Amino acid sequence: MTAALLFWLAGSGLIGLAVYGLIVNPHPLCKLLALNLLGSGVFLLFGVIARRGAAAGLGGDPVPQALVITGIVVAFSATAIAVGLLLRLHGEAGVASIDEEDDAP
Amino acid sequence: MTDFFTIIAVSAGAVLFLAGTLGLLRFPDTLTRLHALTKVDNLGLGLVVLGLMPQLGWLSAAKLLAVWLLVQLSGAIVTQILGRSVSGGEESR
Amino acid sequence: METGFDLALTLLLLGVGGWSILARNMMTAVIIFIAYGLLLSLAWVRIFAIDVSLTEAAIGSGATGMLMVIAAHKVGADARRVVHPSRAIHVLAGIVAALVAVGIAALAFVLPGEPQSLAGPVMERLGDSGLGNPVAGVLFVYRAFDTLLEKVVLLLALIGVWSLARDEDWGGIPGFRLFRHHNSVLTLLARSLPPIGFVFAIYMTWAGADVPGGAFQGGTVLAAMWILVMVAGVRKVPRVSSPLLRLAIVAGPVVFLAIGFFGFVMPGEFLAYPQGYAKPLIVVMEIALTLSIGVILGLLIAGPPKGEDAA
Repeated sequence: MTAALLFWLAGSGLIGLAVYGLIVNPHPLCKLLALNLLGSGVFLLFGVIARRGAAAGLGGDPVPQALVITGIVVAFSATAIAVGLLLRLHGEAGVASIDEEDDAP
Repeated sequence: MTDFFTIIAVSAGAVLFLAGTLGLLRFPDTLTRLHALTKVDNLGLGLVVLGLMPQLGWLSAAKLLAVWLLVQLSGAIVTQILGRSVSGGEESR
Repeated sequence: METGFDLALTLLLLGVGGWSILARNMMTAVIIFIAYGLLLSLAWVRIFAIDVSLTEAAIGSGATGMLMVIAAHKVGADARRVVHPSRAIHVLAGIVAALVAVGIAALAFVLPGEPQSLAGPVMERLGDSGLGNPVAGVLFVYRAFDTLLEKVVLLLALIGVWSLARDEDWGGIPGFRLFRHHNSVLTLLARSLPPIGFVFAIYMTWAGADVPGGAFQGGTVLAAMWILVMVAGVRKVPRVSSPLLRLAIVAGPVVFLAIGFFGFVMPGEFLAYPQGYAKPLIVVMEIALTLSIGVILGLLIAGPPKGEDAA
């Protein structure tokens, strides 16, 4: 079970890194990337919980694994919409930024 | 004997991967980096696949071989596209 | 030996993840994110979640990565124009992030000793469905409603992306040709790879009933092949108003819903399968879903329709 513990630590570390990036990176695309990283860290925690539930001859509990698959797909859908919005904003305003200061002359 | 062959071939493949990655990181421009990358794709992966094939049944071995051939195809073409766009060949735009 | 590999993978994941957060250049960050996704799918293999590993490699790394590469290419130059936060905010963010990470990491040691698992109940009844892959069983039998809604989410995402088109571009061609350029080598790839890719996509969907794989992974391969063909300009890109395209988009959810409603007639419940027919019905559903997922993913990556003269 060392693998499970190590990947739990990896997942929590990744969440921490993503939270840092989410706050510090000013560009929306970077924030989106950090958000995806955050999501993948949370999914990894799910995977470790599935691994802990190994039983009945399976290497992991299939229910959380199926949940993660659904989660990855929904995260992709959200990313697609976000990228669409970002590019439209870029097309309209010439710059994709969420800083209010940018509006000031 | 098979195990010995596997160890030798996979280790050689791993060394090539290491060398290729070093080249990718250290070489000065895109074309020389591509040169390093293609060696890894061809020979490194080829050696790993060759080493693993005797450990498996024929169907799994065939799948591994198919993986290697597909990497050959896509690797060769991606390298061509990258190389052309760098050297500004007539077809690059 | 195995622990050494896991430790190396953990460090690599953290290093590569951190690099993609800290990279100065946006395109660099995105490309590192793709590599990170592939490493993450290795980690999924190590915790015995092969289905998740395939999905992460296909969607989390491949499809998301492609979306991001396109976005970074278009808005990459903005990076210099944004306001960077002050040093104090950096320090504060670092403290908050460290607290979050340490807090979650500490949970590993206070988790309840006796893990709960639904693996037993799943395996007990899996035989009734005729499926061999427990994850497919969960997706299509126990949580069929969630899986149906997940497909609807994809559909809604596509409607959302399409509704971002400018009024005058509506009914036009999805943005594929923005990155289309004539290149004989690319054309060669677009002619030689898709036949193999299509067979592989069908195999993945078909095999998904018994071994890791399934409609989603197969659909992503399908989408990749379609995008390759469109980008190389081997086939014409269909208009978003094309009835055939729209039929392909809704085929999966419609077949899913139809079988779900049929459940009212035969076993008497929504999304329940008649005794003994579960596997054939699920395979029919998966085939329709593969087609829809492939087309929807391709269109999501292509983006909203562009006007005729945008090329």
